Amino acid sequence: MKDLFRGELVRLTSEAPETYAKSEVRWQRDSEFVRLANSSPAGLSSEKSIKEWVEKQSEKGPQPERYPFSVRTLAEDKLIGFFGLYVDLIHSEAWVGIGIGERDFWSKGYGTDMMKICLRYAFLELGVERVSLGVFEYNPRALRSYEKAGFRLEGRTRKDTLRDGTRYDSWWMGILREEWLRQNGENQ
Amino acid sequence: MFDIQTQLFEGVDVRFGPIDHDKDAEIESKWTHDSDFMRMMETSPARPMSAAMVKKQYEKLEKDMDENKNQYYFAIRAKEDDHLIGKAVVQWIEWANGNGFLRLGIGSAEDRCRGYGTQALRMLLRFAFAELNLFRVSAIVPEYNEGAIALLKKFGFAQEVCRRQSLERDGRRWDIYVFGLLKDEWQNNPDGHPRQAQA
Repeated sequence: MKDLFRGELVRLTSEAPETYAKSEVRWQRDSEFVRLANSSPAGLSSEKSIKEWVEKQSEKGPQPERYPFSVRTLAEDKLIGFFGLYVDLIHSEAWVGIGIGERDFWSKGYGTDMMKICLRYAFLELGVERVSLGVFEYNPRALRSYEKAGFRLEGRTRKDTLRDGTRYDSWWMGILREEWLRQNGENQ
Repeated sequence: MFDIQTQLFEGVDVRFGPIDHDKDAEIESKWTHDSDFMRMMETSPARPMSAAMVKKQYEKLEKDMDENKNQYYFAIRAKEDDHLIGKAVVQWIEWANGNGFLRLGIGSAEDRCRGYGTQALRMLLRFAFAELNLFRVSAIVPEYNEGAIALLKKFGFAQEVCRRQSLERDGRRWDIYVFGLLKDEWQNNPDGHPRQAQA
């Protein structure tokens, strides 16, 4: 069987709260990163509060609808980002949130590798019928990477994001189980 | 077209009111026993709820409104006899982006097809755009809810997203649509006239 947690460039981990908090507190200071990833206003949290938040999550134990992962590079063993799958168990749909906080690792294929692992996990381990995500129109790099992973554009909500005085669309994408299987049938 | 003397919460046949924790719970409990209604309103599994369960939900809702300040909930009542007709909600408001999501339901079969939904949506849109000053509103609708789709189109909502096969019911998968309406589009047609009548 395939190692579900390992791609060509990265592997999935679960980090100690203090390790994760140390990285996250740095990532939050990069407002460009935060605005590419999230529609709510950028803010800054203390290392302490992030650590406590992660601790609270792990105290709850594994939750059947939440699958958060940290991501480390294979070459340097460096924590560079995260992704999470949030599953609607009733309707068999998973939503993805994904980010690379370390800017040095943008545009080098790490995101593509992460998404590959993410979809493989969603369809082969969680067994969902579809995977969904949203992306801002001012993030064309992400958009191209999602298309490459097999996502299809399903529509745009017009002008729902206001940033620096300009209104932008959100783009919504989805990939169905049968589409993913057709594209990845033999070589997952 | 509106001025400050025009009441926000008074329509022709219906009005918006606050929750009546005792009386409304009994009535809403009856609605939850109608699986057709529940499947139009919710994507979570339909289940009958006792008045006590509904009352708990009201308490949770008001606590959430108070704590998160991103939701407005109205009971829709008949002006004639004040009986509870349905609910009208603006939720998931993102203040920084000026957008929110609408929910609207007419609970019992006798109150449907009488124009109450149109009146309630007219009031809810005015509240969203002219009181909350939102820039856009959205509505999420499964493809099988034809009544909702017709009502939204009447007010000029555009179908913006088709999330393919996102819902599983009756042994098959259904698309979910996201509809959107911008403030300037609403201002052109705040009463919800059919398209032909506008031209």
